Amino acid sequence: MTALAGLLRKEVRHILRDRRTLIVILLMPVVQVLLFGYAVRTDVKNVRLAVVDPLPDDQTLALRHRFAGPGVFTIVAVLHRAGDLDPLFQAGRAQVAVLIEPGFGERLARGLPAQVAVIADTTEPNTGSAVQGDAAAVIQAFAQDLGARAPGARIAIRTRLRFNPTAESSNLFVPGLMAFVLTIIATLMTAISLTREKETGTMEALLVSPLRPWQIVAGKVVPYVAIGFVMVLVVIAEARLLFDVPIRGSLVLLLGEGLLFIVVSLALGMLISARTSSQRVAMLAALVGTMLPTMLLSGFIFPIESMPAILQWVSAAMPARWFVLVARGIMLKGVGVAYLWRPTLILLAMAAGLLTLSTHSFSERLD
Amino acid sequence: MHRALYLAWAEVLHVVRDRATLAQTLLVPVLQLLVLGNAATFAIRHTPILVVDYDRTPASRALIQGFAGSEHFSVQGIVGSLDVANEALLRGDTTMVVAIPDGFEESIVRQGAADLGIQVNAEKGTAAAIVQAYAARVVSAYGASWSRDRGMPARGAPRIEVSTRSWYNPTLSYPQYMVAGIVVSLVTIIGTLLTAQNIAREKELGTLEQLNVTPITRAEFIAGKLLPFWVLGLVELTLGLVVSRYVFDMPVLGSLWLLYAVAGVYLVVALAIGLFISTLVETQQQAMFVTFFIMMIYLLMSGLFTPVDSMPRWVQVASAFTPVRHFVEISRAILIKGAGLTAIARPFAILGVYGAVAMGLAIRQYRKTGA
Repeated sequence: MTALAGLLRKEVRHILRDRRTLIVILLMPVVQVLLFGYAVRTDVKNVRLAVVDPLPDDQTLALRHRFAGPGVFTIVAVLHRAGDLDPLFQAGRAQVAVLIEPGFGERLARGLPAQVAVIADTTEPNTGSAVQGDAAAVIQAFAQDLGARAPGARIAIRTRLRFNPTAESSNLFVPGLMAFVLTIIATLMTAISLTREKETGTMEALLVSPLRPWQIVAGKVVPYVAIGFVMVLVVIAEARLLFDVPIRGSLVLLLGEGLLFIVVSLALGMLISARTSSQRVAMLAALVGTMLPTMLLSGFIFPIESMPAILQWVSAAMPARWFVLVARGIMLKGVGVAYLWRPTLILLAMAAGLLTLSTHSFSERLD
Repeated sequence: MHRALYLAWAEVLHVVRDRATLAQTLLVPVLQLLVLGNAATFAIRHTPILVVDYDRTPASRALIQGFAGSEHFSVQGIVGSLDVANEALLRGDTTMVVAIPDGFEESIVRQGAADLGIQVNAEKGTAAAIVQAYAARVVSAYGASWSRDRGMPARGAPRIEVSTRSWYNPTLSYPQYMVAGIVVSLVTIIGTLLTAQNIAREKELGTLEQLNVTPITRAEFIAGKLLPFWVLGLVELTLGLVVSRYVFDMPVLGSLWLLYAVAGVYLVVALAIGLFISTLVETQQQAMFVTFFIMMIYLLMSGLFTPVDSMPRWVQVASAFTPVRHFVEISRAILIKGAGLTAIARPFAILGVYGAVAMGLAIRQYRKTGA
């Protein structure tokens, strides 16, 4: 056991000595929480609007005034010809344009239908159509104030956003971020640190020492489990303090599931290191095999339901997907094991499978 | 200057000889583009919904038909009580619950107005907001269709007809929007990461010292090192464009020459950042981590995944300092909107300034550490 302690001490020193990597590892989650909290948003506001008003009259001025008033729109340009719109859109100076037909006021006064066209830059489809809808709504409201009867039945929708009533994005990314941080530290760092011993030939030296194979692996892995766990606590604390992210369920259960996910990630890292021989290959394998899928296919940022069927299957094979599901359930819905037994079982099965596979291929390499 | 060319040639030989690495550098981005183009989508299709119909009238059934007919929703079933639906929402089996209250039809017929309850699982943030918007659209289309059966509004009342047009991406295709930006991120990652890693490797192996005692000047060394990666970046861009064009049907409306000209300037920025990172680190592992760290900040702030316009004011200001943002803007403008030089002049000029500043700083920093 003293030999294991010695190996542990050596590993901790290695980690502490490489300041640059350590700083990046420690800063990464902190900066990510900030970025996701402040930068990654999709709400629509301060929309840049261009108005094409070939023949201004009282009514068009009133409509323009309506857009300029409080609301999401800022009028950036008033043009006389629709042909001048293209450069505005291309340079990104306008997001949406409202085209008022000439003689707008006169037609309204005579009881004829007056035409208004809303042109939106839908390069980005969701924002584009949202902005288009907002602009159309402003015009409809204007028409109603003029005394126009709204066509059709008015159906008032009472919407309730469940589990995240304020639609606060910070509440959503924290579970995903935990999975991401754990993957980086547990998988990537484990894979690299084990392959480095191989690459520099010191693995041989460790093997002829009285240490048992499991002790070597434990000695390499335990420090990263500790770092990973601390990072999870940092992410939760930062999210709570800065963004008021709730933890409605049991914190103990959350940390327990986190530990389970760490084991899965470590086993994956060990498997990668057992199958590769150079740090660069290990890094790329860990990157392509774990980090990107964790970010893209786990439902962390992009909804899984929207992906093609093949990617949905691939996503089901990603441990991070199930952990994100569990973490969101505990933090946002406050549910317990009764609701989460399925993903938990899947994670357990993955842990068992990966551990068997990686210890197997590891001892194979040691022979 | 011919010494720089020799060094560049040596570098090319290194790259070409190491087949595995070459395959990785060329294939990994293509793979990434294929996965990202399909996965990085906020498009909502076939969102599973449950309906609680307390009304059970022709009107309520027509509304359910409206949801079933929309490509954005798929009606999983009609359940008897709100409790059952809530349970499904909690389990995550459904994403949205539509509750049609008792007396829905009667209210529409008598007052021309009615209430409708919708619950969205907002666990998925952005997606929830979009689902909500689509639901509103289905409901308002339903409301409008109701009046067509009942006749037009009273004559003489002022009426404004609003028509909508979607420019540049009329089919509202999400992949088309994403791939134009992802190609940029691939060029960035390759340019920065490979440069940083390559020079860090020379340091690690000690061959940088050997180069330092040869008559080659620092300018020649840097030119020789960076030229192959500059070319590789352009090759990567070409590869990305071909995949985007033929797999994702991305339009190429503007001039490709202009795009390549911008890419040439932009790569100088990306390579300079790589060079700068390499002066800060000792090992390849560190180069890797520092590059990831910077890339992550750049990509998340660049408007690649979420619009810059939605960010708070101070983040928008900060994001102006990330070169990725400007190139993403330019590439989308040229490819999707068919913008010419005048439309992209401002971001292009900014990139030019960044190129000069970043390269100057990197070379200065390199001299300091090299001396």
